[in-house]
Amino acid sequence: MRSAIDLQIMWNRLIAVCEEQAQVMIRAAFSPPVRESGDISAGLFDLKGRMLAQAVTGTPGHINSMAQAVVHFFEEFPVDSMRPGDAYVTNDPWLASGHLNDVTIVTPAFYGDKIVGLFAATVHLVDLGGRGMGPDGKDIFEEGVAIPHMHLAREGVINRDLMRLLCANSREPLQTEGDILAIIAAGDEGAARLVEMLEEFGEDNLDVLGKYILETSLAATEEAIRKLPEGIYRNKMSIDGYEKPVDLVVAMEVRDGRISLDFEGTTEKSEFGINVPIIYTGAYSFYGIKCVIAPEVPSNHATLSLFSVKAPKNSIVNPLRPAPVSARHIIGHALPDAVMGCLEQALPGMTLAESGMMWNPYIRGTIGFEGEDRYWEFFSLIAGGMGARSTKDGLNATAFPAALKGIPVEAIENTAPLVVWRKELRPDSGGVGKYRGGAGQTVEIGALHETELTFKAMFERIDNPAKGRAGGSAGAPGTVRLASGKKLNGKGQQVIPKGERLVIEIPGGGGYGDPAERDVEAIAQDVSSGLVSDEAARSAYPQYQG
Amino acid sequence: MTEGKNASGKRIARLGVDIGGTFTDAALEVGGSRYTAKALTTHQAPDDGVIEAIESVLRDAAIGFEDLDLVVHGTTLATNSLIERKGAKTAMITTAGFRDTIEIGVEYRFDLFDLFLELPKPLVDRELRLPVRERLGVGGRTLQPLNEEDVAAVIERLRTEKVESVAVCFLHSYASGVHEKRVRDLIKAALPDISVSLSSEVAPEMREYERFCTAVANAYVQPKMASYLFRLEQRLKERGLRSSLLMMLSGGGLTDVATAAAFPIRLVESGPAGGALFAASVAAENGFDDVISFDMGGTTAKICLIDDGRPQTSRTFEVARIYRFKKGSGTPIKIPVIDMVEIGAGGGSIAHVDSLGRVAIGPQSAGSEPGPVAFSRGGTEPTVTDANLILSRINPAGFAGGRFPLDKDASSTTMLRTVGEKLGLDASYSAAAVAEMVEENMAAAARVHAIESGKEIRNRVLIAFGGGAPLHVAGVMQKLGMKRFVVPRGAGVGSAVGFLRAPVSYEVVRSLHQKLSRINATEVNALLQEMSASARAIVEKAANDEPLQEIRMASMRYVGQGHEITVSIPSGRFTEAEGLNLRKAFETRYREIYRRNVSGADIEVLTWSVLITTAVPPAAQYTAPSGDYVAEPSSYREVFESKTAKIASYGIHWRPDLKPGARIEGPAVIEEEETSTVIPTGMSATILPSGAILGELNQSEKASVRVKEYADA
Repeated sequence: MRSAIDLQIMWNRLIAVCEEQAQVMIRAAFSPPVRESGDISAGLFDLKGRMLAQAVTGTPGHINSMAQAVVHFFEEFPVDSMRPGDAYVTNDPWLASGHLNDVTIVTPAFYGDKIVGLFAATVHLVDLGGRGMGPDGKDIFEEGVAIPHMHLAREGVINRDLMRLLCANSREPLQTEGDILAIIAAGDEGAARLVEMLEEFGEDNLDVLGKYILETSLAATEEAIRKLPEGIYRNKMSIDGYEKPVDLVVAMEVRDGRISLDFEGTTEKSEFGINVPIIYTGAYSFYGIKCVIAPEVPSNHATLSLFSVKAPKNSIVNPLRPAPVSARHIIGHALPDAVMGCLEQALPGMTLAESGMMWNPYIRGTIGFEGEDRYWEFFSLIAGGMGARSTKDGLNATAFPAALKGIPVEAIENTAPLVVWRKELRPDSGGVGKYRGGAGQTVEIGALHETELTFKAMFERIDNPAKGRAGGSAGAPGTVRLASGKKLNGKGQQVIPKGERLVIEIPGGGGYGDPAERDVEAIAQDVSSGLVSDEAARSAYPQYQG
Repeated sequence: MTEGKNASGKRIARLGVDIGGTFTDAALEVGGSRYTAKALTTHQAPDDGVIEAIESVLRDAAIGFEDLDLVVHGTTLATNSLIERKGAKTAMITTAGFRDTIEIGVEYRFDLFDLFLELPKPLVDRELRLPVRERLGVGGRTLQPLNEEDVAAVIERLRTEKVESVAVCFLHSYASGVHEKRVRDLIKAALPDISVSLSSEVAPEMREYERFCTAVANAYVQPKMASYLFRLEQRLKERGLRSSLLMMLSGGGLTDVATAAAFPIRLVESGPAGGALFAASVAAENGFDDVISFDMGGTTAKICLIDDGRPQTSRTFEVARIYRFKKGSGTPIKIPVIDMVEIGAGGGSIAHVDSLGRVAIGPQSAGSEPGPVAFSRGGTEPTVTDANLILSRINPAGFAGGRFPLDKDASSTTMLRTVGEKLGLDASYSAAAVAEMVEENMAAAARVHAIESGKEIRNRVLIAFGGGAPLHVAGVMQKLGMKRFVVPRGAGVGSAVGFLRAPVSYEVVRSLHQKLSRINATEVNALLQEMSASARAIVEKAANDEPLQEIRMASMRYVGQGHEITVSIPSGRFTEAEGLNLRKAFETRYREIYRRNVSGADIEVLTWSVLITTAVPPAAQYTAPSGDYVAEPSSYREVFESKTAKIASYGIHWRPDLKPGARIEGPAVIEEEETSTVIPTGMSATILPSGAILGELNQSEKASVRVKEYADA
């Protein structure tokens, strides 16, 4: 027997323990996506592989896919075979986080000699060989090294063979090794904090607490679902794709306190690496649903268990092996927008207009800081504008659904021989409406030295901008070009010639509501700040006289 | 307490003075006695309130300005102007292409699931973020020279816009301030009256968003703070003050007025820092190891965790959070700071009913002008103080020593109109709801802060001070599942007393990048010596020949990492071989934190810090009282208990009459000049040897705390 108050305190503590795990990872990490952007997730699982708690820090694609990934470790490593100091790893896109760059690492936590739980983390490693992260691979084998479920450490001793193999295959071996060590340290930290909590509360396992967390969360989520009118809600959303546009067709069925998604009718898989393994399709779709219906319920196994997803085999949201999947986040990030198109019908006013997404140019060079020969790879994350809300403007330069921090320009330039010449808000990019969509950004990047650079484009919403809702207009589409003017492609590996700079204009978010209802003061303020030009304001808003 | 005397045998007189949102407090310690005084904060000219409070306390002690050996001052004026956006008209000059850096921020939604999230608004609007062409790169190398024509055009803009203060924020200026300094020279030549803050001086650390925000915030508060500080110093001298006036810093140390006026952002949390030092000294005096300090004034409440007498510290903090409890919803400030959570819940916080029909408190505050309705100074909205008065927790005739008679009828009428009529409650019930809600908010903030810090709270002692905390401490304590609280002597002026517990100290932080594999000892020695000399110069002015300690630290990381760990380094001269010792020190500390070293990676030092400090004044020692006794109330008053919603007869005690060893049965109110301590039904209190009140749950009450049982069926 435990009082509910104790259990609530312990529940909060578990979330805090996971957050500590995440923070250790970020502080000890070597690669900018982890240490600056937080491209991670961290969580605690019970011995059945059910997620009990997760860190507040983390990105939705990782969190919700990790929630489904831990159970797959048990086939190779049954719970009773686990030893203190062990760590297990995989980067299987279909059984973990959707592409090879993301490793999921599980470390068992022991209280005395008894295993009490499993800490897991999913982390984006900058490079694991192959073509590197980008959409150009034609099958999974071109995309990098695959790590089946295997030992990363045995009873405290790192698996050197595996580590050497991974480093030998990486363009950034130091970042790869450093990040992996940070993940192991974070798991150890989580385990130590968990033991402290058990001691403090006089418990020796997580059984009662786990049951309480899952039952309470399940009931709260079910109650939230039951507030939606039952029925089937349909939406179709078009995005750019690679070789041809992609239709995301989704039917959302609300029935008996459950929500199921069916992607029947969605475009078939691409021959390029923009396909989305269904574990990741579910991860982002469920995130979009949860934000709307139950934002306050902590994420865990139970909150996800009432959602299900299916999609036709070998559609772009359910490609089978050995399809290429490296840049699966592009379409992954569009899924919440697609799902919200359904939810808006059930709960008008509770969703966002479509968002301008996040653009992630991967830049590669062969000359280091001091002009020496050195292969390097740099992954940056830059946010577009968020869609407008039914009561507020969209946030400027804030991505949705990805939740990753941008990398400070000074940190970029300290890590790679690059110069960011411009990074500012992009005028006239937020969609028009009663509430304006968030503004995107304009970013200009060049090499520090007189050298050529290679970059991999994985950019969406160039032909299909973020649409508005309830009478609001679309945000500005994105553009990719060289500073000298030459237009570049939105997808695929391209060259920035010596002396040239890459200019990207990241899309704005869609507007919400009838523009004629926009507050004149708000329009005037946008014009005086320069976020909206006088000309654009006059043409979009009849009530604005300048 | 031991009687302090200086070298010439004269009694040492030390004065602390703290400007809060509502009251200005003074605490004077002279020869083992303490005198305290309060004056209303005078927002238009805060020095008026300071002088009034000092004169009042000097009168009580029958000494003059010329007898003071030390005056320590702290203030939340800078914080308030940031929160209320009442700073100078400020512009920002920045690298072309980066005018939106302070608006773009970290591009992060700090709440992953809240679709209706808002982000903090920059202190400088886009119109006054003025780009100039220039560019430094990594290591401070020049990629593009400063375009002085652009600077001239920007200066013209400053002139026509009548800008009062400007922050100069260029990329990579943590490595070289050469362009920022040149811009300052050009501005000063053209517009000598404009205040200029350089990001390379205010917070010379990598990561442009945090550095720019800190410099902009410094610029925003600087003109008002500088003119206030110099004016105050002048007025104190005119009145005969011969000793130094020292300013309390956010990190818990002290500095002189000139330094404070140049970097007023370092004062932002000085009042609360004094409070945390006060709580730490109370814990030490009364023999408690782990405590929580709970400081509630007129405008805000602050909560700080103190382990083994040391308040938690941090190198960044957020000011003006728009979501009370959420990290990321405020503006980041990079300064050494005592780590605490602050919420908009003080005696002056205004109660209202929100759109969902719930009682909500703050963050709007009536402050001291107009103040609560009961002050009869023009306040028209009910505050937490009004609620306490309606509940009869406060004696209308005894507030602030009887100098401010309170109008209870006015409080009741307003409470009824604003809260009661909307919810169908009478004035007492409405007031009880307000008191419950404010206590719930504070308990929630404490819980979140403890969790974020990974700290246990229930076995700690809650130390309550500031005018509002003793009224609410019993409620907050119970909501947190804690069993004991302490209200120290001088609770109403805790921060001011805490200032007297601060060591005189100053920390200088500088960036100098060094790889341990090829460390340049000459360069490092020169830097450390210069840092040491500049910190010593500041500290010696105020240290009264006390011996000084020097603490040197280096922030280090493996090459390739983004976050540093801080390692103590020896104070002597560096030799080339020192690289090896530094590596060992780093690896040891790294293993303590992360359990494993990264083999084969080089180590780099990014920043060096030198702290020059006097010793922390030792805690006072008290002997146990000769005898315990039960204190009889001097009278009784009917108090409306918010927890039970019933009227109970409270015994009223006058605190100065209670001697160590006294036992007070609840329900009771212990009144004193500055505040009142509420001991509700089910609790009792004793007076400790130090004179502090220790409140405890009665044994039977501990057993009967009812909780819903969750059966593992």
